[in-house]
Amino acid sequence: MSEKQTFTGNRGLQLEEALIFEIGSFENCGVDLEDVPQVESRLGDCAAQGDIDLPGLSEPEAMRHFVRLSQKNHAIDAGLYPLGSCTMKHNPRLNEKMARLPGFADIHPLQPQSTVQGALELMDSLAHWLKTLTGMPEVALSPKAGAHGELCGMMAIRAAIEAKGELAARTRVLVPESAHGTNPATAALLGFKVDGIPADASGRVDLAAFKEKLGDDVAAIMLTNPNTCGLFERDIIEIADALHEAGGYFYCDGANFNAIVGRVRPGDLGVDAMHINLHKTFSTPHGGGGPGSGPTVLSERLAPFAPLPYVEKGEDGLRLVENNGDAAHNPFGRMVAFHGQMGMYVRALSYMMSHGADGLRQVAEDAVLNANYILASLKDVMSAPFEGPCMHEALFDDGWMKDTGIDTLDFAKAMIDEGYHPMTMYFPLVVHGAMLIEPTETESKAALDLFIATMRDLVRGAKEGEVERFKNAPELAPRRRLDETLAARSPVLRWQSPEAKQAAE
Amino acid sequence: MRYLPLTNADRQAMLANIGAADIDALFVDVPDAARRDGTVDLPRHQGEMQVERQLSAMAGKNMTASTVPFFCGAGAYKHHVPATVDHIIQRSEFLTSYTPYQPEITQGTLQYLFEFQTQVSELTGMPVANASMYDGSTATAEAVLMAHRVTRKSRAVLSGRLHPHYTAVIENLSEMGGFALAQPDMAPQGAEDLLALIDDDTSCVVVQNPDFFGNVTDFTTLAAAVQAKGCLLIVAVPEVVSLGLLKRPGDMGADIVTGEGQSIGGGLNFGGPYVGLFAARDKYIRQMPGRLCGETVDADGQRGFVLTLSTREQHIRRDKATSNICTNSGLCSLAFTAHMTLLGGKGMRQLAELNHARAVQLADALGAVKGVEVLTPAFFNEFSVKLPANAAQIVDALADKGVLGGVPVSRLAPHAGLDDVLVVAATEANTENDVAAFAAALTEVLS
Repeated sequence: MSEKQTFTGNRGLQLEEALIFEIGSFENCGVDLEDVPQVESRLGDCAAQGDIDLPGLSEPEAMRHFVRLSQKNHAIDAGLYPLGSCTMKHNPRLNEKMARLPGFADIHPLQPQSTVQGALELMDSLAHWLKTLTGMPEVALSPKAGAHGELCGMMAIRAAIEAKGELAARTRVLVPESAHGTNPATAALLGFKVDGIPADASGRVDLAAFKEKLGDDVAAIMLTNPNTCGLFERDIIEIADALHEAGGYFYCDGANFNAIVGRVRPGDLGVDAMHINLHKTFSTPHGGGGPGSGPTVLSERLAPFAPLPYVEKGEDGLRLVENNGDAAHNPFGRMVAFHGQMGMYVRALSYMMSHGADGLRQVAEDAVLNANYILASLKDVMSAPFEGPCMHEALFDDGWMKDTGIDTLDFAKAMIDEGYHPMTMYFPLVVHGAMLIEPTETESKAALDLFIATMRDLVRGAKEGEVERFKNAPELAPRRRLDETLAARSPVLRWQSPEAKQAAE
Repeated sequence: MRYLPLTNADRQAMLANIGAADIDALFVDVPDAARRDGTVDLPRHQGEMQVERQLSAMAGKNMTASTVPFFCGAGAYKHHVPATVDHIIQRSEFLTSYTPYQPEITQGTLQYLFEFQTQVSELTGMPVANASMYDGSTATAEAVLMAHRVTRKSRAVLSGRLHPHYTAVIENLSEMGGFALAQPDMAPQGAEDLLALIDDDTSCVVVQNPDFFGNVTDFTTLAAAVQAKGCLLIVAVPEVVSLGLLKRPGDMGADIVTGEGQSIGGGLNFGGPYVGLFAARDKYIRQMPGRLCGETVDADGQRGFVLTLSTREQHIRRDKATSNICTNSGLCSLAFTAHMTLLGGKGMRQLAELNHARAVQLADALGAVKGVEVLTPAFFNEFSVKLPANAAQIVDALADKGVLGGVPVSRLAPHAGLDDVLVVAATEANTENDVAAFAAALTEVLS
């Protein structure tokens, strides 16, 4: 690799790009706006004084700015993105096209319901697909993301407990140590005490320890299934039965639904509430961190407490109930303004209709097959903490790195130089130096074979003492390792002009 | 199936490599009682054309904003979004990237988040802004929780002119979290004595500008009075274009500013996805919810950006986190930043002036219709009118005439006793012909 220095700092097609505030000018505008009609201002005493101190860019400059920025990103369209627990699968472009149909994209959430019957039909269809795939009788569509769906499910549980007059008594929520951080955060937000459950030697909930924790004060369990070790909880039905016997509710974190969609229905496992990340299982794009969408399915026992709004069939078409319940509904409240992530509903339904019941089952099977192929192809050189087949993600620990002088972070950064996005690192917390690999079903065998060969070569290098290949990595990415300590110690969270900076000093 | 690359031969070879007899062997941990043979009761797979045909049929049943005189607002606004914006957010590298946890290969996302934070900070007049929230309503509810954390108190005072859905979201979270609220009755105009509702356990006062009925207010005096009582002032801004022309909440003395950013870069999308804005004073950085992007340097000393202060967040702090939020509205914040970059400060001002001018024309036109009274003396691009009959029925009658004529208050607050009040908005997307058509249709409906 050439060490050649360039005048611009650019390296061929890899172009450096300054901030808007350093290249734009206040005089520039990339939008041609109409002349403003002369009217008498009605702003009262609230009119702004002075200009808005933001630069603009003309259209060609703006396009170039953002295209250059985009080229500094890894993306699923560019290569394998094996982030465990995140389900980085292909995002079909048909979904994007459908979501942009004016009949979905250009309608207002509060225009008369008679003028949006097709939109309500879409919501109703999505609900039907989700309920059928999960075997659950009700779904709350409005949660904006996975964690928001968790909140929705736990709110429904809290409402059901309150309706039984047990709120003061049921204060504890059981959360396995391997859970996503959102689980304990959600329980705490609702005033519950979080009580951890240990894992057993097989990477699953320790059934005996769980049963010992049960009691009159348990409100719920929040359990991910398949769990964050990528394993199906074998005792899940027994866990659900014992919990229900003790008067508790079963919240299932549905982040890993992709492993079982079309093959296993959470309703058959005794689940009371489960959020579904439309941006994982149902292929809506992650978009650099959102928007997500977290519809939450509810059991018979929780269905009456589903939040506002919901769609029901009325005499003259579909009706969106926005304010009050009725005899059958006692909504716990409202999660969000308007009706949730319509744009994501359209994309998810477009994906489900494309795959169909048969295709979705194949999705789960191929996702699980791909993960097991990776597990089987790497476990002789890396160390897998648990026996047996995995579900949709393969988990390794750092046991094999002992005496190599490198750690999980170094290994991940070396993957970047090889053109891969690293797997999820140091999660789940129950495994030391965890590396969680989720290939998803949209990788070909050839792509997996190259990935496996690359991983094996990295492992070989680590074991043969090629320490610099790891410690200095990445060397070929748009940036080398970034100083996160500096960023946190004296946070710089916005651009400031050199003059403003100087004045502050 | 077009989204699945594995062939049957691949599958057989891979199973052999794994040492599994068939695919069922990999699902061996699923309890017998939950195993299902065959597929669930849903249609089979379909080609693009078939899916497109069905979804287009559904879309075709809806009346779209661009095809009719359109005046709905109430927290969601019809604005023109430059074609460039949609192209940028569909760049594969932005669209199909994950949260930027590996900063070396996600500088694109991180840099635009830093630019987004700077723009939001500048527009609101606040020192820091986060990398976005789900939407304006959840951002405002999170602001209330943050005020409770900062002050160690547990009661919030809400303006009666807060968007009713925002109120409902705060109510829900407060009830579930064990927090108290106080709120005067909803009234389209007149003074609100929010200070009188503050007690010793009150952490914050939440106001909206422009408020739900369209009134614009300078909260400078209120901010000082609220702070004198040891509380924070939270200002919610559901129409972000208003910041192009109105005094900034930060300049009024707000402690936390929340907003709905949909108007810049976003479409109506029947209510979502939108993008929540969240800005605050410097000293509260470590109590803020959501992701923050910060500047730093890499091992070669080059400037770069990272997600920072994540010790506030759930994946580190678990049950002690400032919020349970994981996702933000990444792509919508990109749309916001791209659109704002095209506008610049100068374009933003002109866009806001166009909105105000069109709303003034609309107020004059509707105020001239017999029986209609404009209730809002000072407004930006939205105001309320009192009608001589039930507003919801009139809106339905207008829709029958092909005019989407605003949002009746009763749609969001059926028990407020304001059945004759209509909230209407005008933006740069409306023409003078639209305004005339609305006034004419309303005249007809009322006669």
